[in-house]
Parts: sequence; structure tokens; C-alpha cells
Amino acid sequence: MGFLDIDNTTKSYGAVEVLHKVDISVEKGEFLVLVGPSGCGKSTLLNMIAGLEEISSGEIRIKDQVMNGVHPSKRNIAMVFQSYALYPNMTVGQNITFGLEMHGIPKPERDKAMKEVAELLQIEQLLDRKPGALSGGQRQRVAMGRALVRDPDVFLFDEPLSNLDAKLRVDMRTEIKKLHQKLGTTIVYVTHDQIEAMTLSTRIAVMYGGYVQQLGTPQEIYDSPANIFVATFMGSPAMNVVPAKVAMDAGKPVAVVALHDGTTTSLPFSQYNMAAWNGRDIMLGIRPETITDEDAADRNSANIAHMTNRIVVTEPAGSDTFVTMTLGGKDVIARMRSDADVRPGADFPFAVNMEKAVAFDPETEMRIVP
Amino acid sequence: MSVATQDTAIRTGRVSRTLIYLVLLLFALFYMLPLYVMVVNSVKPLDEITGGGMMNLPQAFTLDPWAKAWSSAQIGVDPTGLKPYFWNSIKMVVPAVAISTVLGALNGYVLTKWRFRGDTILFGLMLFACFIPFQIVLIPMARMLGLMGLAGTTWGLVLVHVVYGIGFTTLYFRNYYAVFPTELVRAAQIDGAGFFQIFWRILLPSSGPIAVVSIIWQFTNIWNDFLFGASFAGADSQPMTVALNNLVQSSTGVKEYNVHFAGAILAALPTLLVYIVAGRYFVRGLMAGSVKG
Ligand SMILES: Nc1ncnc2c1ncn2[C@@H]1O[C@H](COP(=O)(O)OP(=O)(O)OP(=O)(O)O)[C@@H](O)[C@H]1O
Ligand SMILES: [Mg+2]
Repeated sequence: MGFLDIDNTTKSYGAVEVLHKVDISVEKGEFLVLVGPSGCGKSTLLNMIAGLEEISSGEIRIKDQVMNGVHPSKRNIAMVFQSYALYPNMTVGQNITFGLEMHGIPKPERDKAMKEVAELLQIEQLLDRKPGALSGGQRQRVAMGRALVRDPDVFLFDEPLSNLDAKLRVDMRTEIKKLHQKLGTTIVYVTHDQIEAMTLSTRIAVMYGGYVQQLGTPQEIYDSPANIFVATFMGSPAMNVVPAKVAMDAGKPVAVVALHDGTTTSLPFSQYNMAAWNGRDIMLGIRPETITDEDAADRNSANIAHMTNRIVVTEPAGSDTFVTMTLGGKDVIARMRSDADVRPGADFPFAVNMEKAVAFDPETEMRIVP
Repeated sequence: MSVATQDTAIRTGRVSRTLIYLVLLLFALFYMLPLYVMVVNSVKPLDEITGGGMMNLPQAFTLDPWAKAWSSAQIGVDPTGLKPYFWNSIKMVVPAVAISTVLGALNGYVLTKWRFRGDTILFGLMLFACFIPFQIVLIPMARMLGLMGLAGTTWGLVLVHVVYGIGFTTLYFRNYYAVFPTELVRAAQIDGAGFFQIFWRILLPSSGPIAVVSIIWQFTNIWNDFLFGASFAGADSQPMTVALNNLVQSSTGVKEYNVHFAGAILAALPTLLVYIVAGRYFVRGLMAGSVKG
């Protein structure tokens, strides 16, 4: 049993089931991120943990206590909303202590708790202001303060950074991470931003269409995606997924992929026992950063394949240059060093780190497990 | 927005602007005329009116018609003036406005933040109440008041007005709360606030503008109501409007037009006052919700 258990939980609105048998167990101190595209049911699941939405079937437990039907205020959780949901008629200080007041905690204790949280979040000078007179970042801090002051078992965040501008979002992301490391609290965090998910989490649940597609550490999700959806959703630029055919070359399985001019190249598999797929079609997944020039190829890799292909477009992005080519009839992006000598229209010798490549069953879209 | 206004203002020539102001002034005068007639004639002796010249300023200024209308004019059978009826009206209007506004706010809160099966139908039915003509309910209402033992009392009138006003106040508050962020209510739930605490501590403090709309609307309607007052009031609960009618209609003696004018202004004063005090919020409240933010 974990600290927070989501046990075979479903959610239906009338006849429509929007969450199907979700099964997640969160350990104490974990930072679980629910990530997925809009409408996949992330908020619904979070609201069910909070008690704001009823559970249609299954069970949610916190510290082994069944939470089904328990009022939100009795679950010892705190939630930070996307819109912050600060009470507009109260000062920052009153906002932070409202929950304590409702739980009947005497004023001296409330004030003490408020001071501690304000100091932690560096919002002491804002305590007498109304939320209307705060900037987006300050509101965000106050909203977190309101959650922190209760010292809850589980923190729930619903896209807390999506209303901030890009720079502030990165700053607050770091701040949340620091806070988690310092306090060691258990957090469930909803976002549709895969970078937020990768950087913040100790574990990620990738959701799509009401299903948890994969649950794992960021590294597992990134290196061994369960299916094509997870592979292309996580990572930026997205993983290249191209059609290929499995063949045998000197007794070893290779992926045969079409180049820009219709000729083919063979990329030898390494970690897959792909011989069973000999002669069959697969989808080959290659991350952009594993396609490089020869010099930049990963020295630790035991399986670097080589291919010469035509460059279609180059996009310098400062630290890297993104190179687009046609592979298997699709646009494929390679992430090159910025000083690589790449020009559109030129044929270029690429190195592909096949140790990192993954293969998918084109029918089920599931990863072919070695 | 402001740029566009400035732009048109600059382009509109001086001639057309003068024309616009002239027309506006004309309309203003036209609308002010009745008030002017009422005010000047209420401070004249009677013979100045009966001698013709309704439009003239008073030659001999006097406040006697006001004093008489307030405290000694013949109303019905007693020479009491409008004073007791004024207090009757106050005793009816204040509770009726307060109760209907509070109930409307509660209804709006429940209909938007505690949705339940059939809530839209219920709201539709309440809206329907806004369109029921007064005349239709007169007889059933009289019977109900009789059954409840409230016939002829101020509280009977309060009940009638609350029932009639609740459709409007619910409409106002529901639409206002519909755009009030539900996340705030959810946050308060997690914070441990109960049904009434959320209403009292979170929603009501932000309801100023719409409360003013509701109060002005209800106050004006209830204060100006004649039909319910005439139908359901007893001798000692008649409101101002009914008394004013009795004053003007009383057939004994000469018609004291100056007193009638003064009485009419007295009857209109409270609504005027409410509008002057809270009118700014009225417009603001009506606009709220239509424009976000
Ligand atoms: N009250 C409701 N009645 C019917 N369907 C609903 C209701 N609320 C949500 N849904 C559906 O449930 C699904 C999941 O919604 P949810 O709000 O959890 O999505 P989300 O993953 O949080 O998306 P976003 O990133 O846009 O916030 C959606 O398809 C939505 O249409
Ligand atoms: Mg959401």
C-alpha cells in the first residue's frame, strides 16, 4: 500500500465514461505528475482525489483511509488552482489563514503559521494587500502559501503555472521543485506541458483519452515509451516515428528505411530481439538528439549506424541546429551541434545511435519489448 | 475604445456638435417639464393655479401645501395627511426588499454553485414568474392571505411583494453568480467552509453591484405598487400610493391642486432618493456580467 492509492478508479458522467480504471499508487514524498493533452481527464482525476468530483467506481485511499464520500476539507489535502482562486475580498493574509480559521484554529496560532509561510515564500510585504493588487507571480506564491499553511498530507496542483509568462514559468518551476526538496511533501501535479512533467516529477503518469498510457520515472517514460502516443508526446522536438521493415543482414536484424530518393538504408538493431519480426513492417522510433554528425556521435554507444541523406531544412536555434530530412517518407528532425556544417539541399553523412532506437508494432502501436 | 472616441470627437465638426447639444437640451427640457410643473404648483397658493397660468413661477411662495399634504389633508375620512401612510409604506417596503433580495441571492448561489438535477427547469419556472400579470393572481392571493390570517396586514403585503419579486432577484443574482469563478467555491470547500460560510464570506462580499440593482429594482416597484396595495391592504396598512389616490379623489370641498402636487412629490421622493444615492452602482451592476473582468 502506498501513501496515496488510486485503486481501479473510474469516472462517468451519465453514460459517458471519461476515466477508465485508473490505478496509481503514490509513495510518501513522491512528486507525481499527471500529463496529457487537453480533455484527457487529468483535472477530473485530481478533483476526485480532492473530493470535488464523486468517484463513480473504485477507491481512493490516503494513508490507508478510504476517501470515497469524505468531504474535501476532511481529507487533509490542499489544492492550488489554475486560476489561483484567491478570495478577492480578503487580504493576502486572510486568504492564507482562511482554511485554518474554518478549521477552528485560534488566531495566535494562525498568525504564527502565516508568518512562517510568508517567510518561506518571501511574501511578507504583501500580507495586507488584496489579490487584485498583485502580479501573476505574486498571486501564484500566495496560492501556494494558502496550500502550504495547512500542512496537508497531499498537495494537489492543477496547471498552476499555465497562466504565467514563459520566463516566470521557468522560475516558478524551479521554485516548486526546491520547495518539494525542502519540505519532502507528497505532490500530485497536473500539467499538459511535458517539459514541466519531466523536470518536476519523480514519476509521471501519461494520460490520453481517459486511460493512463504509462506510469514510470521520467527516464523510463523517455527511454522506453510504452506506445507511440507516449513516445511522441514526451520530448521536444517529438520523437521521429517512421515506417521500416525488418530484415536479416549477416544473421543480425536490421531496420530497412527509405531515404529521400527512394533508395534504402539498413540500420542494425541492438537491444531488440527483432529476428522474430523478420520480413514484417514496424514503426521505428528515433529521438532527434540521437541523429548527429559523425563527430558528435555518442562514444559510449556500442551501436552507431551510418547513413547519408539529403538535408531539406536547417533551423538554427542557438545552442542546437535542427535539421529536417525525409526518412521513410516522413519529415524527420535531427538535433545537431550548432557548429555542424549543414546546408539545405546538401547530402550529409549522419550517425544514428541505434542503442536508443525503439520499435513499435504498427497494428497496436505498442512498443515491441526486447 | 478611447482612441476611437477621441477620433470621432475630433472629426465631428463644431456645427454638428452644437446641433447635437441643442437637441439633447430640448429633450432634457421636455422630460423635466412635468417635474417643473409639479414643483412650481406645489409652492403656490391655490388661487394662482385656478386662475390659470400653470406654467408660471409662484408670485407668493408658500410651503403650506406641503405641510398640509404631509400632516392634515383629508384622506378618506380622517384629516391625517399622508404621514401615517408614508410610514406604512416604509414598514412594507424595507422588509419586502430585504427578504426578496436575500432570497434571490441564495437562489442564485444554489442555482449556479450547487447544481442539482432539474435546476435549469426550476430556474425557468422562476423566470416565468416575472411575466405573470398582477391581475391574474389577485383573487387566489386574496384567498391565500385570508387562509394564512394575513389579510389586510402589512406582513401580508410584504409576503405578496416578496413572492412577486423573487423571480427578478433570482434572475439578477443567478446571472451575476454564473460568471463568478466556481474555483473559488471549490477552494473554500477544501478550506473547510460550509454552505452558508461560503455564501457569507466569499460570495456576498463580491455581490455589491448586483445587490444594489436588486434593491433599487425592488424598492421602486414595491414603493410604486398600487394594485396590490389597493387590493390587499387594510385600513391601517394602506401604502402611500393608495393614500395619494384617496387624497386626489376625495370629493369633499374644493380640489386643492397645490396640495395634490405636493403629495405626489412626497410619494415620489423616496424612490428618487434611492436612485440618486445608488444610481451609479445600478448602471454598473446592470453592465456587470455582460463584460468580463
Ligand atoms: N460535467 C461534465 N459532464 C460531462 N463531461 C465532462 C464534464 N466535465 C468534464 N467532462 C469531460 O471529461 C473529460 C476530461 O475533462 P478534464 O477537465 O479532466 O480534462 P483535462 O485533462 O483537465 O483537460 P485540460 O488540459 O483542458 O484542463 C473531457 O472530455 C470533458 O469533456
Ligand atoms: Mg484541466
